[in-house]
Amino acid sequence: MATVKLLHIAHSRTGDKGDTLNFSLIPYNEKDYASIAEQVTSEKVKDHLQAIIKGEVIRYDLPNLHAFNFVCTKALLGGVTTSIAWDAHGKSISSALLEMEINI
Amino acid sequence: MLRIGSGAGFAGDRIDPAISLIENAQLDYLVLEGLAERTIALSQKQKQKDANKGYNEYLEDRVRPLLPSLLKNKVKLITNMGAANPIAAAKTILQMARDLNLTCKVAAVSGDDVLNDLNFHQFETEDGENLMTFEPIVSANAYLGIEAILPALEADVDVIITGRVADPSLFLAPLIHHFQWNQDDFDLMGQGTLIGHLLECAGQVTGGYFADPGLKEVNNLADLGFPFAIVAEDGKAIITKLPNSGGVVNTQTVKEQLLYEVHDPSQYYTPDCIANFSTAQMEEIKPNEVLVWGATGKRKPDRLKVSIGYHAGYLGEGMISYAGSTAVNRAKLAEWVINERLRANVPQLRTDLIGLTALHHTTYTHTTPYEVTVRAAALCKEEQTAKMIGHEVEALYTNGPAGGGGARKKTEEVIGIVSTFIDRSAITIHTEIME
Repeated sequence: MATVKLLHIAHSRTGDKGDTLNFSLIPYNEKDYASIAEQVTSEKVKDHLQAIIKGEVIRYDLPNLHAFNFVCTKALLGGVTTSIAWDAHGKSISSALLEMEINI
Repeated sequence: MLRIGSGAGFAGDRIDPAISLIENAQLDYLVLEGLAERTIALSQKQKQKDANKGYNEYLEDRVRPLLPSLLKNKVKLITNMGAANPIAAAKTILQMARDLNLTCKVAAVSGDDVLNDLNFHQFETEDGENLMTFEPIVSANAYLGIEAILPALEADVDVIITGRVADPSLFLAPLIHHFQWNQDDFDLMGQGTLIGHLLECAGQVTGGYFADPGLKEVNNLADLGFPFAIVAEDGKAIITKLPNSGGVVNTQTVKEQLLYEVHDPSQYYTPDCIANFSTAQMEEIKPNEVLVWGATGKRKPDRLKVSIGYHAGYLGEGMISYAGSTAVNRAKLAEWVINERLRANVPQLRTDLIGLTALHHTTYTHTTPYEVTVRAAALCKEEQTAKMIGHEVEALYTNGPAGGGGARKKTEEVIGIVSTFIDRSAITIHTEIME
């Protein structure tokens, strides 16, 4: 068992719609799908990103594609079009997610 | 087989990858997506000032270099760059063709503009707020689907130019037209929607917005090739790029794009169907060729989404940078000064330390940066108030902490976007064919 940052075992891309963010989390190797499913829960992600996400986190699982999709509300200081955040689209937030640690 | 290329993923996208696709990918159709949510509101304002304007500002720059190759190679163009004025855009394209001694047939599709039809008092946003709260409203455009494009395809034109159409529909329409797909076969609609969704951001499926050296390698990112799909009659599609172009297409790039801007992957709403991407499967059949199949779908939504642009105020912004071992301390002092100076007039002011916590409002690693930029910003009702922010930051040159450099300021109007829904029956689509 080793503790690693998610960035070593998975990749991610952020998208935005209004004040809601989504990010994919895709293991490089399908064998890590189960560990991520078990450890990278909605609650853990909400806690890890507490400085950014003020709303809810919902995880959607795609076992067919060995991928996850996280949807987070109240994540962009009021929404892309009127947000005054430095990264108004929240596009960089996938990098914050990938800093999370996991045991594999 | 039908071959559809994606030549632009946003209004300001590169132009040369589209030219390579037209000349070398044996395309049947090229789609250019170039209409961001806010762009249409700005275009609507231009049209109000000048009835011959209101289409995408890059239309001439983008279409002029493509037009000779498109016509020579018999590649049909579908684009939403008509923005608020597809008819004026079509006239502009015809004029460009005449200037180049070419003849072409253009279809302008309108009907998405519902600004004068909506009774705003009666409508609520998708979050349940009264639309009247968002005045002054400057634009209201419904997301049209395939039915907006199919009549133009039947008229056999060279160029189809639209206003607001859902991005995947720009790709699904030619598939339906070519294969004569049954529009009530919602599994096919779902699979076709997935193909459109994978292509609509152009380079984002061919290795753009993907590279992370050491983790995710992308070959020759400076010459990123744009994608095209080779679609079979049953909807199975190969997503690929030209062999000599930079970039990469593999299951990693395709999965990232499959989930891009998606919420519940089993219910992706478009005007054409509620697509289910969670049933999709993919396989890398050759280097840079990914076969995608199995997306499904169900009924068409009864109502169409309407994107509403409103004047939201003015963004005022100012920045100044500090360097050296004590940069963070001086940046924090500058931040304090700016807040003290603007507290009374701009209570909603936000300050960030770029290089430290601006992107994520915290840090996940512990290192001291050598350079830090202080940024102050606020959304203000009055333009004059917004301007004060830049002035105060600039004043730190002579009045702030030691060694501030590179100060800059800006003020700009902000168009906000909210969404509502409209019954399909309230929409009338017009297709005007011009030669």
